[in-house]
Amino acid sequence: MSTATTHLPGSATPAWIPPDLRVAPERDGTATVMVVGAWNLRSLEPMMAGMVARLAQTPRGAHWDLSGVTRLDHAGAMMLWRVWGYQRVANLTLRAEHEIIFTHLKLVSAKPVEAVTRDRFAFVVAVGAQVLSLWEHVVGVVRLLGAVTLNFFEMLRHPSRIPWKEISANVYRTGTQALGITALVGFLVGIVLSYLTGQQLKTFGADIFIVNLLGVAIIRELGPVLAAILIAGRSGSAMTAQLGVMRVTEEIDAMAVMGIPHTLRLVLPKMLALAIAMPLVVLWTNAIALLGGMVAAQIELGLGMRYFLSALPEAVPVANLWLGLAKGVVFGVLIALLACHYGLRIEPNTESLGAGTTRSVVAAITTVIVVDAIFAVMFSHVGVG
Amino acid sequence: MAECATECVIELRNLWTVFGPQVVHRDISLCVQRGEILSLVGGSGSGKSTMLRQMLALERPTRGDVLVFGHSLISGDPAELRRLRNRWGVLFQEGALYSALSVFENVATPLRELKALDEGLIRDLVILKLEMVGIEAKHAEKMPSALSGGMIKRIGLARALALEPELLFLDEPTAGLDPDRSESFVTLIAEIRRELGLTVVMVTHDLDTLVSLSDRVAVLADQQIVAIGSVRQIAGAAHQFITNFFQGERGKRALEAIKDMGVGAPVAATPPTTQGH
Repeated sequence: MSTATTHLPGSATPAWIPPDLRVAPERDGTATVMVVGAWNLRSLEPMMAGMVARLAQTPRGAHWDLSGVTRLDHAGAMMLWRVWGYQRVANLTLRAEHEIIFTHLKLVSAKPVEAVTRDRFAFVVAVGAQVLSLWEHVVGVVRLLGAVTLNFFEMLRHPSRIPWKEISANVYRTGTQALGITALVGFLVGIVLSYLTGQQLKTFGADIFIVNLLGVAIIRELGPVLAAILIAGRSGSAMTAQLGVMRVTEEIDAMAVMGIPHTLRLVLPKMLALAIAMPLVVLWTNAIALLGGMVAAQIELGLGMRYFLSALPEAVPVANLWLGLAKGVVFGVLIALLACHYGLRIEPNTESLGAGTTRSVVAAITTVIVVDAIFAVMFSHVGVG
Repeated sequence: MAECATECVIELRNLWTVFGPQVVHRDISLCVQRGEILSLVGGSGSGKSTMLRQMLALERPTRGDVLVFGHSLISGDPAELRRLRNRWGVLFQEGALYSALSVFENVATPLRELKALDEGLIRDLVILKLEMVGIEAKHAEKMPSALSGGMIKRIGLARALALEPELLFLDEPTAGLDPDRSESFVTLIAEIRRELGLTVVMVTHDLDTLVSLSDRVAVLADQQIVAIGSVRQIAGAAHQFITNFFQGERGKRALEAIKDMGVGAPVAATPPTTQGH
């Protein structure tokens, strides 16, 4: 503390006197409060709580003598002002140069902070707002989809307008660059799945059914869903953030002014790119996950890889593969659509950017799983048995 | 540079800044005196923003020393730097308000960070600072994204003043404001500076701002301070940059204005006031 004191303001200008308060009773029953020293924020800060308490104990109607104050700033003056009840006390001795500070303080009155009234129906209102907001999002997504569909048909009529560069850049970013992470996750999931089911099958002596189990599970369900979740987290968030920043920096308005529809240049290429890249990523994830499964099956059950591969087409009808790839296309389009929808709604502040990106990823993953369930029900007779 | 006769609030000692092969500052020494408004001017890329950032300890010079209130920013310990940072306020070019916080919270943040003030006092101080920069209390709950550029600058100034600084840094205080707002903002800065006895370091491109606020101007060009002095002294200096800067149409008009009003001299001659004894 003592070392700090030497560095406090005033070390350069005349001697720095610590702020203090003295109450001197007068003969006629009143009192004089002497305020002395450097009465500024930096000097008062270390003793703030104690000083506020001492100020509160000063007698009412006292004479305040501030002529011993060497430095005064708004924070120091405000402490006195609050004790005085937001007005100048009648009996005040003040240095001329401190007069101006107190003229500023007149700007602040004792307006109480408006009490927040509690709404009894707050819960109902909140639920209603949530429902309305969900509805608004649904309408927004449908509108965006409509605009992109119109763009798509217009683009087909004028093939010269196809944004090849954007599409290929997006395929590279969302597909090629995602190969590593999808391979890692797919391989590990394949191993875990194969190891666990292998143990169970061994107890029934049904070792060879691991080919059916792994094949159907991975190709029909896990491959597409795993890939979609990874791509939603990886590319969906990036798309939302990119569009969000473009909104913040008015780039989207700049495109509109030039007569370039942003749905054509920004949203459509992303949706097309993911529609192309997703089934490929699904195929890749399937292959790596099956590889992981085969490795674990060989170790756990002694099932040869050659046997596994030759039994696979027999065990898993090819319709499952087509179904999985079709899911990939749908998931890809959905992820891009939702990412763009949330990206275009971001408001120009940092919090909105963060919240929008989070919501985009959560919505994309939820939608992917819901749509996957719909697929499961719709195609329950396809590719089984 | 001549020896500092009066006390230096900021002192640059033989400052060198080198980015790769490019020398930005070549052996610069400068003294900002207590109570003055010093403007840094210079062309784009002349290193005035870098110099401002070095004074704020946001960047380190390659060689040399920066002293603020007599403490080195280069070799001082972190605790010392933290204390120094509470003694200066900065108005960034775009205001740099925290976009996730309301106007009130923006100004309250530095006060809250002290962890010493109670909520009532913080509320009163925030309202006072906002009133001082001409922002009514009804705007206090708004978010920065809902404000105009002029209001953002004013609130940025209120936030810079929150901790009762002795030193104020202004980075392009009037950039992006329309002439009317710009003028009222300049008046506001001059008023606040006079009333609070602040030392101000300002980077500006705007001639009107420069002429109406500066006590002294330092011109950065050719990696050095090629001229330093009052606006009138500077305007007469024979350096390529200065001639271009002041002898253009706008420069002439701005200089005409000070000749008519005779500003500059009285402001500079007034000794720094409101220093308690």
